This record gives sequence, C-alpha cells and structure tokens, in this order.
Amino acid sequence: MDYGLVVLIEVLRAIAGLVLISIGLAIIFGMMRIVNIAHGEFLMLGGYTVVLSAKAGINTWVAMLVLAPLVVGLVGVAIERCFIRFLYGRMLDTLLATWGLSLFIVGFVTVVFGNTLEGVSVSVGSFEIGRFRVAGYSLFIILVGAVLLAATVAVLRFTRLGLIARGTMQNPNMAAALGLSPPRIYMVTFGIGAALTGLAGGVLAPITGVVPTMGIAFIAQAFITVITGGAAIVAGTGSASTLLGSVSQLTTFATTPVIGDVALLFIAVVLLRILPQGITGRFFRRSL
Amino acid sequence: MKPLLETRNLVMRFGGVTAVNEVDFLLEEGELRCLIGPNGAGKSTFFKCLTGQYIPTAGEILFRGKPITGLNSHDIARLGVGIKTQVPNVFNGLSVQENIWVSARRGRTPRMTARIVEEAMARVGIADLAARAVGELAHGQRQLVELAIVLAAEPALILLDEPAAGMTHEETERLAAIIREINRTQALIVVEHDMQFVRMIARKVTVFHQGAVLVEDDVEAVMRDARVRDVYLGKRVAA
Amino acid sequence: MVPRFLLGTLATTAAGIAITILIPMVADAFEVMQYTLYVVLGIYTLSLAYIWGLGGILCFGQGAFFGLGGYTFAIAAINMNETTVPFLMAIFIAATVAAALGYFMFYGRLSDVYLGVVTLVFTLIIWKLINSTAGPEYMIGTARLGGFNGIPSVPPLNVPGDPSRMFDPVEVFYIAAFFLIATYLLLKFIQATRFGRLSVAVKENEVRASLLGYDVRMIKLLVFTIGGAIAGLGGALYAAYQSFIDPNAFSLEMSAKVLIWVMAGGVGTFVGPLLACFGLQALSIWISTVPWANSLLVLGGILCFVVLLLPKGLLPGLADLSTWLMARARRRTPPEVILPAPEGKRA
Repeated sequence: MDYGLVVLIEVLRAIAGLVLISIGLAIIFGMMRIVNIAHGEFLMLGGYTVVLSAKAGINTWVAMLVLAPLVVGLVGVAIERCFIRFLYGRMLDTLLATWGLSLFIVGFVTVVFGNTLEGVSVSVGSFEIGRFRVAGYSLFIILVGAVLLAATVAVLRFTRLGLIARGTMQNPNMAAALGLSPPRIYMVTFGIGAALTGLAGGVLAPITGVVPTMGIAFIAQAFITVITGGAAIVAGTGSASTLLGSVSQLTTFATTPVIGDVALLFIAVVLLRILPQGITGRFFRRSL
Repeated sequence: MKPLLETRNLVMRFGGVTAVNEVDFLLEEGELRCLIGPNGAGKSTFFKCLTGQYIPTAGEILFRGKPITGLNSHDIARLGVGIKTQVPNVFNGLSVQENIWVSARRGRTPRMTARIVEEAMARVGIADLAARAVGELAHGQRQLVELAIVLAAEPALILLDEPAAGMTHEETERLAAIIREINRTQALIVVEHDMQFVRMIARKVTVFHQGAVLVEDDVEAVMRDARVRDVYLGKRVAA
Repeated sequence: MVPRFLLGTLATTAAGIAITILIPMVADAFEVMQYTLYVVLGIYTLSLAYIWGLGGILCFGQGAFFGLGGYTFAIAAINMNETTVPFLMAIFIAATVAAALGYFMFYGRLSDVYLGVVTLVFTLIIWKLINSTAGPEYMIGTARLGGFNGIPSVPPLNVPGDPSRMFDPVEVFYIAAFFLIATYLLLKFIQATRFGRLSVAVKENEVRASLLGYDVRMIKLLVFTIGGAIAGLGGALYAAYQSFIDPNAFSLEMSAKVLIWVMAGGVGTFVGPLLACFGLQALSIWISTVPWANSLLVLGGILCFVVLLLPKGLLPGLADLSTWLMARARRRTPPEVILPAPEGKRA
C-alpha cells in the first residue's frame, strides 16, 4: 500500500517532468511550427538564472518562479527578432538556424561560466510514507506541472491573447486583415513559449544540477512528447506525458533507468506508426 | 468489352466539405472526354482520387475492371494511368531531356528509352529545348514538357488538368492538335475552362458542379444546356 | 557533357592520389595521424553529401551511423582479436540500422521536418543510452562499453587474414585515403547510373516521380541505407585509427558538424563539402588552442550565418555573388522593369 503510493508519486513526478520540459516546445513547435532545437538551451538558461540569482542572494523561489521565465522569455523575444522572424514558413531553415543557435549558446555559456556542474539547493525537506521517504520537491514539481497545464488552457481558451494567438497561427493574413499585427503576435507567442521553458529549467535545476550541456539530455524527450502528442497543445502534451511518463517510470521501477528510456522511445515509435498524426490527431481532436 | 475506367459512387470528403459527391463515371477504351465545371467543382480532387494522391472516403474506382481504390500512386501509374497535374509537376532542376528520360526509362532498355525520349519531344514540339533546364522555361513551355513526360511513359489513360493554362494562342492550337493525335492511340480525360478549346477537341463532355456530375452529353448539347449556363454564370441551379 | 563530367572526376581523383602520396613524405608520423582524422571525417562528409545532395534526404542524425560503425568495429575487434570481419560488420550494422530507421520514416511518409527531428532524436537516444553504460555489468562479449568513458585500446587494423601483422599509422593513413577516394568514385558512379539519376529526380519532385510509377519510398530507403553504410565505414576507420571510441560520436555536435560542412560546401556536390570539411575542421582544431574561444560557439555561429545569409552554401553562394557582381559591372543601362505576368485563370 505504502509502496503503491510512493510509486504513484514517482509516476506523477515523471509525468509532470515531461509536461514541464515539453509545454514550451508544444507552443513553439506545435502551435507556431518552428522546430526549435535550441529548446534544451532555453531550459539550461532557466537553470543558470536560478544558479546566478542564488549566488547573488536572491530568494530561490523568486528566482525560480519569476526571474527564470522572465529572463528566458526576454532571450526568446530577442532570438525571435534577430533570427526566427526571417525564417517563418521555412521550417527546415528554422531547424538549422536554431540548431546553430543551440550550439552557439552552449559554447557561449561554457566560455562565460565554465564547463562545471553548478548546484542549487532548496529547503523543502522530505516526508515519510510508511517505511519510505519521499522528497517534498517531487510534490512541488507535480503541482507546477498541473498548474502550468491548467494555466495554458485558461490562457488559450478564456483570454483575448489566447484567442488572437490561436487565430493568427491558423491564418496570419486574416488576422492582419482584422487589424492585428502578426509579427508582434508571433514575437509574443515565441516569448511565452521560451518563458515557460525557462520556468521549467528553473524548477528542474535543483534536481538535475546545471551545466552548459544539460539541454541535450532533455531535448529528445521533449520532441518525442510533442510529436507523440500531436496538434493540440494542452491535450497533446498532457496525454503524451501521461502515457510516456507512466510507461518509462514504471519500467524504471521494474528494471533500470536505461531500460525506462528505451521503453519510452519504443512506445513513441509504435504510437507514431499507428497514429502518424500523434495522439490528438485521432483522439481529443476538438481540444486545445 | 469492359470500360477503361469506372468510378462507382465515389466520395471524397475533407472534414465537413464534400469535394467529390457520389460520382459515377464511365470512360470507354480510346475515348476523349472533357471535364468542365466552375472553380471548386471538384475536378482536380476527382483526378487526385483517380491517381491515388487522395484515398477516397467512399466508393470504388475500377481500371479495366480491376479495383484500384486506395492503391499507391506509383502502383496506379504502373497500371497505365498518366497525369499532367494542374500546377506543372516537373523536375525543375533537370534538363528537358532528363525530365522525359526519367519517365521513359521505367521498364525499358537504354536504347528504347533514348528512342522514346526523342519521339516524345518531337511529338510535342520541344526538341529544340532538350538541353534547357526546365525551371527556367516559360509556363506554357513547362506545360508542354510535362505533357511529353506523361506521353513518354506510354500510359493507356492520360489525365490532363488544365493543359492550356498559360499558353499562347498558337501553343493552344498546337496542343489541341497534339491531343487529337494522342487520342488515336490512347484515351484521355481533359479538364479545361476554356470553352473554345473544349470545342476544338471534345465530343462528349461531363460537367461537374459542387462535386457531383451535373450533365453528361455531347459537346454542343452541353453548350446549349441552360443549367450549365447558370452554373457558369453563378446562378443557383433549379433542382 | 559526358567527357567534362568524367574529366572533373578524374582530375579530382588524381589530385586526391597525389596528396595522399605527398603527405607522408613531408609530414612526420604524428602529423600523418592527424591528417588521417581529416580523411576519415571526409568519408563521413561524403555519406551526408550523398543522401542530401543526390537523394534530398536531410538527415540530422548522421552521427548515429558513424558512431554505430565505430562501436561495432571496436566491440567486434576486441572480441575477435582481428579486424577484417569487424570492419565489414561495422558497415553492415550501420547499413542495417539505417535501413530499419529508414523503413519507419519513408514508409510512414514522414515529412522533411519530421524526418529531421526523428533522426536527431534517434542519435540523441543512442547517445544517452551509451552514456549510461559505464557500469561493469554492461559488457558485450569481452568488450566493456564503458559509458561516457568510451572504449579504449581498440585493436589497430591488421592485414586481412593475418591478425599478427598490424598496419602502422602511415599505412592506416593510406588505407583511409584509399577508402575516401574509393567512396568518392563509388558515389560518382552511382550518380551516373540510372538509379542515381532517378534518385535526383525523386529529390527534385517526389509527387511527379510517384505519378510516373516509381516507388519513391523504396528509392529513398536505398539511398539512406547506402549513406548509412558509408557513415559506418567512416566510423570504423575512426575507431581503428585512434584506437578509441566514445559517445561523442553520437553527440549533436558530431551530427551538426557534418551538416555544416555539406551546407557550407554546397548541397549537390562532393568536392565542395570535402573542402569545407577539411577547412572547417582545421579551423575548429585551431580554435581549441585559443583559450577564450570555443568550437561550439564558432560552429553554431557559422551555421546561423550560412542559413540566414548563404542558404545555398558557401561555395555556390560565393559563386552567385561573383556572377551578380560581374553582371552588375557589365550592365551600364538601368535594369529593365520586369512586369508581373498577367494572372492566369486558376481553379
């Protein structure tokens, strides 16, 4: 019973982790059709924001939940202005350019901060379930993942911004004809995707530690999750994270983390062969 | 004798839009048929169903009595269906000769291939363009190149989607002559807007409207038909 | 047309042979070993130049096949204590994996972009898996996988059939150069065959090719498999010449590098990417000696630069620029105004 509860928490944490690392990509790739290879580096920059803020004596929670999204969101806007906006409609070129950007950012951060692992400590402590100890931080991650999903639904469905953004991605010419400015909407949307990714990087930093090359560990999973999820941002990310997260985490419990990763990939490949449009290409088609 | 091509109750839907609606179509061996209809009548979609580029939502397509519904494009092409698509579909980076070579070489020896390439170019009248890159040709010339590509494969049925678009008057007349000449050996279905052009080549005409067959008759009868005139002038069809 | 085409190939081959003979005469053994790296990376470059340039397949994870070739060679050579069979196995395994992955991608009709992402993710997954095999329990036969530490002391190449007679570094250089030139000639030959010309047609227009009765999926699968085999060959030589292989072969950097070389040298040619490979590899080796710089920084910068400003590649881009300048110099009269063509009626 206790063990079951622990497993449940760990599975939920794995799912929330996937949600965190892929929700920003779902907006940038799923919604804007920009294959952002520098996604992992956005996570890394979020992590570094927290590390540097902590060194400067800023409260870790503020750094994590406010500064990380803010800084990375601004970086995202700058990148959109300098690179991405020249490449809309040229998917392969955005892919190549963001790949260049990814390498560039890794190189840049390595030059500035060095290739060493930086840690962040948070004081949450742990609690006991029967004979087992569970890190309180796991619950925090689950909470952030759930809040992020709910907030994205709320923004897309109930706010003016969400409606405008969805409309512009569907038909930029029509949006322009209605007096909206597609370039600005693209910029803001890209910035929001980057900000969410920065938040994820900040929140995950205490668990993963921060190195310039940390992005590479996440990007494969993020892309698999978004592609498996399909077109709908929230329903896609949510369903794919749930499926892939539970499969890999349960496999990890039964065997080793390596086999868990293999299981994740295997499920994704099989799914894509059956459902080439992703989960939401077949199910939950009317959802967001 | 079996008809060359037959569709039974063919339906193609995209989401809520029905582009092809329960079309029953029959084409005899050696026939030349014109397909007309206003924009969005479903003519190009119909062609895409016939060539396997779309998988129909419902219905059946038979080629010489053999069902070909849902086959891959290349399998249908191998059975002997060639198509000149609406937007010229050519190999822009290759020369005219290479373009036709790609089509002619399938299943043939190098010597035969070379002969067929020469013949196809001569037939369409583009031998003087042989070494030019197709990407740099004018639209009308590219149409002719695509026609030669289709001919070089020697299909039993040739589908032409707006072959005269972008052509000069002389080119159009030459095209009509070429089509009549092709029709001595092969069956054709031609989608065209230009009524004068249709008159130059056609005997029997099928009119598409809102995805369904509106009229199918002799060219002169179709021209006189009040419903057809209404459709083209945009009036509502009295049911 | 044909004689000129042959002439270029022969001239390139002759230049390649001349350089191969020349280098060991002017360089010492240590330098020759460094040049071997260039040659090996050259084979790797050709693998992508082929599938991208002649097949239109933009593979973002070519490093996966390079690394698989290297690891297969290392593991098999340690187990067998000889290198001829492992060498062939490396090529075979890389080709098989490429064929399996290609089957899923081409028969699943993935679009270009998804193909890029899937190949990228594929190599990342292998990278992650290999990295996490550091523990002593991860053994294949007598070979320890070693995780992020890689596999040390991979046996050097030996004379086929005589495991006791090993090739020295200069001989390994000759062997690598032989394979580079042979690969170049093989690809030139493929380019001239009917299959090669057909694959170019598929690259130009897939829809047209399939409407003419060609199974596009099959053609692309074959091209991709050949490319995988060549990358595997490069990987095997890579592991053999430095007696070592580590997971960096599967890293994003390894796959990005080759992409940049091919892009910079011009997609659709072989010599251009090779020159870009040699030049940029020399540059990144030089950068690694500069304390404040970083090879990733420069590599990423070059990639962004090429995509944004020279989308056709460095050499073709410069050629375009010079024609443009020449045309500008020649033109005295103001440019004629080009009127837009009248809109044809389109359904």
